[in-house]
Amino acid sequence: MKESQTPVVEVIGLKTYFRSSSGVARAVDGVSFGIRKGSTFALVGESGCGKSVTALSIIGLIDRHSGWIEGGKVRLGNEELTSLDESTMRQVRGMRVSMIFQEPMTSLNPVICVGEQVAEGIRLHQKASKQDARVITVAMLSRVGFDEPERIYRAYPHTLSGGQRQRVMIAMAVACKPELLIADEPTTALDVTIQEGIVRLIKEMQSETSMAVLLITHNMALVYKNADEVGVMYAGKIVEAGSVKTLFSKPLHPYTIKLLRSMPVAGQRTHALDAIRGSVPDAASYPSGCRFSGRCPREMAGCAQKEPELVLRGQEHGHPVACHLYDAPFMASRSARLVASAEGVPAPLDKTHNERPVLLEVRNLKTWYPIRRGLFKRVVGHVKAVDGISLSIRKGMTLALVGESGCGKSTAGKSIIRLITPDAGEVLYMGKDLCAMKEGELRPLRRRMQMIFQDPYSSLDPRRTIMNTVGEGLEILYPEMSRRSRIAKTASVLERVGLGYDALNRYPHEFSGGQRQRIGIARALAVEPEFIVCDEAVSALDVSVQAQILNLLKSIQLDMGIAMLFITHDLGVVEYMADEVAVMYDGKIVEHGNVEEIFARPRHEYTKKLLAAVPRIDSALIESLKLPVVPAAWP
Amino acid sequence: MPIILATDLFVYLLVAAGAYFVVKTRGAGQAADVLRELRKRRLTMAALTVLAIYAGVALMDSVRWRDALDSDVAAGNNGRIYSPEALSLLDRALGGLRLAQEKTYSSPLASRLFTKENALLASGEVRREYAPLKYPGIHLLGTDKVGSDVLYMAVKGVRTAIIIGAGATIIIIPFAIFFGVIAGYFGGVIDDVIQYVYTTLASIPGVLLIVAFMLLFGNRGYQGGSVAPDDVVLGVFVPNDRLMWLCLILGITSWTDLCRLIRGETLKLRELEYVQAARALGAGKLRIIYAHVVPNLMHLVVITFVLQFSSLVLAEAVLSYIGIGVGPQTGSWGNMINTARLELSRAPVVWWNLAGAFAGMFFLVLPANVFADAVRDALDPRLRNR
Ligand SMILES: Nc1ncnc2c1ncn2[C@@H]1O[C@H](COP(=O)(O)OP(=O)(O)OP(=O)(O)O)[C@@H](O)[C@H]1O
Ligand code: SF4
Ligand SMILES: [Mg+2]
Repeated sequence: MKESQTPVVEVIGLKTYFRSSSGVARAVDGVSFGIRKGSTFALVGESGCGKSVTALSIIGLIDRHSGWIEGGKVRLGNEELTSLDESTMRQVRGMRVSMIFQEPMTSLNPVICVGEQVAEGIRLHQKASKQDARVITVAMLSRVGFDEPERIYRAYPHTLSGGQRQRVMIAMAVACKPELLIADEPTTALDVTIQEGIVRLIKEMQSETSMAVLLITHNMALVYKNADEVGVMYAGKIVEAGSVKTLFSKPLHPYTIKLLRSMPVAGQRTHALDAIRGSVPDAASYPSGCRFSGRCPREMAGCAQKEPELVLRGQEHGHPVACHLYDAPFMASRSARLVASAEGVPAPLDKTHNERPVLLEVRNLKTWYPIRRGLFKRVVGHVKAVDGISLSIRKGMTLALVGESGCGKSTAGKSIIRLITPDAGEVLYMGKDLCAMKEGELRPLRRRMQMIFQDPYSSLDPRRTIMNTVGEGLEILYPEMSRRSRIAKTASVLERVGLGYDALNRYPHEFSGGQRQRIGIARALAVEPEFIVCDEAVSALDVSVQAQILNLLKSIQLDMGIAMLFITHDLGVVEYMADEVAVMYDGKIVEHGNVEEIFARPRHEYTKKLLAAVPRIDSALIESLKLPVVPAAWP
Repeated sequence: MPIILATDLFVYLLVAAGAYFVVKTRGAGQAADVLRELRKRRLTMAALTVLAIYAGVALMDSVRWRDALDSDVAAGNNGRIYSPEALSLLDRALGGLRLAQEKTYSSPLASRLFTKENALLASGEVRREYAPLKYPGIHLLGTDKVGSDVLYMAVKGVRTAIIIGAGATIIIIPFAIFFGVIAGYFGGVIDDVIQYVYTTLASIPGVLLIVAFMLLFGNRGYQGGSVAPDDVVLGVFVPNDRLMWLCLILGITSWTDLCRLIRGETLKLRELEYVQAARALGAGKLRIIYAHVVPNLMHLVVITFVLQFSSLVLAEAVLSYIGIGVGPQTGSWGNMINTARLELSRAPVVWWNLAGAFAGMFFLVLPANVFADAVRDALDPRLRNR
């Protein structure tokens, strides 16, 4: 596959800065890498460490009002891209470098049929006539896997599914045979089951045109399966780079190791995930010295003084890494005294798997949404979102509900705790049927059942303080509680989820996504429920934050014996969190049982497809990763 | 003997609301946060000061009483007789201006009249000349056709404008919030009925509705000028039908826009996860509406309030222009603009009447906009501490 050794594109010491309210944000601060013809380079790292800005700098799309390229070069062939003016750059864009974005809906014009949009680029860049462009477009559409390219040509973006739109974007991007294709989170907005397909399509296109691909994603499994080389980015810099094989089997940088170890996999079940503490520093105020200092589990005395450089340290380490641990002179000096607080082995989570009593039983639950049409809004049909499901949830155990988007998972979760009134069936909770109850009778039971939501941004009322948000349930469900004990209770719940007392009087926007999710969890916990529905509670979070939240949920479950219905599409999370799993397809449960069994021996067609479509990293590989050992401390 | 016009109640209400807010700001709580935020910007404070002055003027112009006439007639009548004129505090404070009546037009700060008139000289000769003013130098904005001080008239317009703006919005906001929220939140038949009502209302040309109502109801009660003894109810209270109905009808014709906006926003808010979370915590519909929906609609209300307020003040001018606004004896910017129509077509243009009304409006509408923007931002915790 590697056809030549000279890189097609070479980024040398790239620096991109932004003006922000807290000073100059050094979003990209000296990044260098090269991508060879026909190979795929992946950039990984937590959110906000500069991956997208790197991509936008290469293609010259940095917002000129707030940002600028401070230094460095981007060499494409023998052209230097950062010094080109806008009109020349426009020639390069689409012709020699093209880009696929995360959200395919916003990158297509909604009022022009997709074929025209693809053809437009071809006409512009290849000087083709209208007819020719059309022919080429149709051929391209069939090459990206559409069976009826003519029909797709005339389709408008909103009539296509997310995956189809992304295919159109790919057709558009590769139509002019670019030398470099940048894919920034190309699959994040898509359903799990089709993510791999899209990446494989990019690979196919790559083998046909032998273009170089820059893949940006936070999905490590995708990188593991599809990239050739990886750069791990942290705080505007690449901290470790190398081939996928060496990087995943022998990661060197503590950040890379921690990042990989935060991934939930089956083998980790028995203990807490090895989450990275803290969060990515603000781009306007990086810590001095090594930027990972403060979060690093191997931080040494000299780390905060001297910044490590990204260099290849002799043969024994194999690939470049920016960490003092691999710098022999540094390690021989006094600076090598370990200062990071001992971060023990992740706490083992003991969970006995013996049979527990059933807490909640769902029988033949149906929730249909009416479809109304016409002047008098007559019901012309139903969307059978939940179509007769039966489940049972045991005390203190976790049942995962998986399935593709739109199969009715969330509706099922909400119907069970009666946020939506189901049309038929029963939900038996301690022998009582929730579905038959009136809103008023249900209220006392609300103490027992809570929900945690997906989106940490829309799940908190922006105009209420944390005290009011978390205390609301107490106010409603425990009206006899005095104000003082309510505040005390709220503060203690906040402390349980890892937030300080000072959070009480602040507003949601002052918190990061992960912290907001903790607040959402605190809100549910405050009323001391026995059962919680977690609707994609960690899907919107970064791997590292996700690990923190999963740990929190798991430890809470152990402490309080809470049963959970964990709705997710992430199979890694399922393997790590759940005791049992129910697979949902088209409003029905197609398989229900023990996690290990179902993952090992799926019986239903859909389960097999799901398991095959979602890339996962070998659990043993992740478990085998260990942080490097710092030699005995200096006297 | 005090006289309270029906419309004075609007002003009292407005001032009471302002006072309530000020009281609330002492102590901790949202009001205090909002005030702290408002104080950060000098422009906002300037706007607030101007608005406070306007409110003060309106208040002074809404406190009125009739003086007792201690003439012999009264004594003979075995009781006290009150003057038909119920002068307000403002009238009394600006007594100098009010009484400084000239013969006709004079330009700002002039010492002579604007038009020539016959003057009888000592020699018996009759000459046409610009007669000297009786009160030269005090008419900052000149005088109008009947010689009244334009500045005084413009200041008298403040109360009318504020009553129309506040009175109509007092009707608009509760209506719009109430109907918009229940339509959006409950949906179904309720939504259909409310949508039907406001679509129907919005499809009738507003002006027609206003004309019809004003002709039907607008000719009773106090019309400005002196208070007729028949109008006084309960000893002190005087219905003020014309202005009242104007507020009412302007309110009725303009709540639909805000209602539509609020309905749409509620539809969106209803589906948000924090509302669902509140439901999971057992919050009833009412609680969700007042704790989660309405506070998150406030930005719409504030913006619309100001836009409406401005357009209502202007609407008063337009309606007076076509003769169905407030009574001709009520000082209002609309009336001033209406008369300015002819003055602008005179050969040497008489511009100060229009300028007076314009200045009055400008210094109300502009600070109101500035202030509303600031309030909207201050209400939003996301925009605080910037
Ligand atoms: N237009 C901008 N103005 C100011 N700062 C910006 C701008 N764009 C990005 N930044 C800052 O640059 C840093 C890097 O952002 P970037 O979008 O590259 O992160 P990322 O690694 O792509 O994250 P994600 O995984 O969430 O996509 C962040 O701290 C961000 O706040
Ligand atoms: S050991 Fe030191 S240099 Fe290496 S990552 Fe940790 S803090 Fe940085
Ligand atoms: Mg990004």
